[in-house]
Amino acid sequence: MQVLAPVIDDLKEQASRFVRYLPRLWPLYVMVIPALIHLVLLSYYPMYGIRIAFQDYKPALGFAKSPWVGLKQFQLMLENPSFWQIFRNTIVIATSKIVTLQFCAVVLALLLNEVRKLFYKRSVQSLVYLPYFLSWIVLGGIMLEMLGSAGVVNQLLQRAGVEQPIIFLGNNRTFVPTLVASHLWQQVGWATILYLAALTSIDPQLLEAAAIDGAGRFQRVLYIILPGVLPTLLLVLCLDFGLLFNAAGFDQVLNLYNPAVYSTGDILDTWIYREGLLGARFSLATAVGLVRSVLGLILIVVSLRLISRFTDYQVY
Amino acid sequence: MNRAERRGFGSRVFDIFNHTFLLVLGLSCIIPLIHLLALSFSDRAAATGGLVTLWPVRPTPITYEKVLEAGVFLNAFWISVIRTAVGTTLQMILIVLISFPLSKSKEEMPFRNIIMGSVVFAYLFNGGLIPWFLVIRKLGMLNTIWALIIPQALPLWNVILMMNFFRRVPKELEEASIIDGATYWQILLHVYLPISVPALATLTLFGAVGHWNAWFDGMILIADRDLIPLQTFLRTVVVKMDMNEFMRNPEDFDMFSDRSLRAAQTLVTVVPILVVYPFLQRYFVSGITLGALKG
Repeated sequence: MQVLAPVIDDLKEQASRFVRYLPRLWPLYVMVIPALIHLVLLSYYPMYGIRIAFQDYKPALGFAKSPWVGLKQFQLMLENPSFWQIFRNTIVIATSKIVTLQFCAVVLALLLNEVRKLFYKRSVQSLVYLPYFLSWIVLGGIMLEMLGSAGVVNQLLQRAGVEQPIIFLGNNRTFVPTLVASHLWQQVGWATILYLAALTSIDPQLLEAAAIDGAGRFQRVLYIILPGVLPTLLLVLCLDFGLLFNAAGFDQVLNLYNPAVYSTGDILDTWIYREGLLGARFSLATAVGLVRSVLGLILIVVSLRLISRFTDYQVY
Repeated sequence: MNRAERRGFGSRVFDIFNHTFLLVLGLSCIIPLIHLLALSFSDRAAATGGLVTLWPVRPTPITYEKVLEAGVFLNAFWISVIRTAVGTTLQMILIVLISFPLSKSKEEMPFRNIIMGSVVFAYLFNGGLIPWFLVIRKLGMLNTIWALIIPQALPLWNVILMMNFFRRVPKELEEASIIDGATYWQILLHVYLPISVPALATLTLFGAVGHWNAWFDGMILIADRDLIPLQTFLRTVVVKMDMNEFMRNPEDFDMFSDRSLRAAQTLVTVVPILVVYPFLQRYFVSGITLGALKG
């Protein structure tokens, strides 16, 4: 209780100011109401629903009355060999996507930075940003059409002398690389924006001084420009790994995968959807979801801590 | 860099490679859409025979006629228009209403930090898909248009962005109006909103694109055919390859390929995005850097 005393004092003090200034402050509290209702009903009520991970949920009995079963669902989860597989898949896919994307985005930003004709640069940018705004239904449709065994890609490969059509999305060797590559293609333009912003803040005098001292173009990129974007790269990587479980990309996987590639392509989110919602194993899927949410919370808190420790970037 | 600098041979070779590479990369982003366009206008033999690359073979507009004749496609398009218009409006109202008070300090607004904490926690942690679905079912939203609008009405990240934007509004502006006796409603309406137009435009555009592209909610929350939004309908067509909606006249498929029909529907779905794309471009740099500044 000793520890809580200052907190309680602070709350009391706030409460007294609240009462005193309410005649002027009340609009602020009224404005908050709609969003708070939304928050309670659609964020915190579902959090209360997490209790079904410890129950055997029966739709007729609801959150409140379904029978408790302790940690049975978690035991089922850990005994299920496919759980470890989807867990591994999630991490492999997410990590490959993050690393590939940010590496290529830095390179692309540097290449764009070397283009001196502004019109040319702008035109390229307009084109590479576009796929970011298309849904994975549209992109998935395009990929299924173009990468199928009779699709245009295999037609061209055939003309180039490849005899067997490549089933990009239908076998375990090519599925994950295809996911990573198409994600890269969709996001790389967009991901350059932060790096391009960082590049504009590099002092031009530094570059001039280096040129006078005889640094060639490549040397200037290596010793001045690259170190200039490095802090941004670390920040982005840190945030991305904080959101690792989102980075696996539910939208993309769900629209591109099929039973033939479950062993490499099935991720936590698709499994929760398929087994939990379609298979109506509500409690088990909630348990898996809880593990995902808790690990995700730990990751993002650690990454935000790291960021606020090493930079002056503050999210809220 | 300075113009007077003499450029070596290696540097010029690099420039040629760089320009060519960027051109190829840029084109790779638009070529799939051009291929789809060519495919959608080509006749059956060309499409099934794999003869189409970037130019229609024996062009015919028949796939588009079929798509526009199909009531279910137009209906889904209309549902998406409604959810985008109503949903984005509601989003913006909620975002503005909560981020303005949250942009105040704890000293000005008692309990502000508790409310902020509950927003941030809900952003970082959630109940997961199953409890979320069960709650929406319990609230009676399943199979109503509200299932496409209400759950998406409070994007918490955008609340944080908008709050950070409001925080950077100079305090002097507000203090002047308080001295003049303005209420917080008036301050929000006459001081904050007018100078936040770029931020509001950014969040509106991104909110609208998000609504237009949303498909998962339509898939799990809507069963009624008449309420399916466009992206969800498109999923049954292009991902599930379900052509039942167009099978009432099977003889149609003598004239065009199902691949052309899928391509046509995909392109019609993309058109609204292409229409707002120039506006998006104007704003998205500010959109991505909006929250990046220190709060």
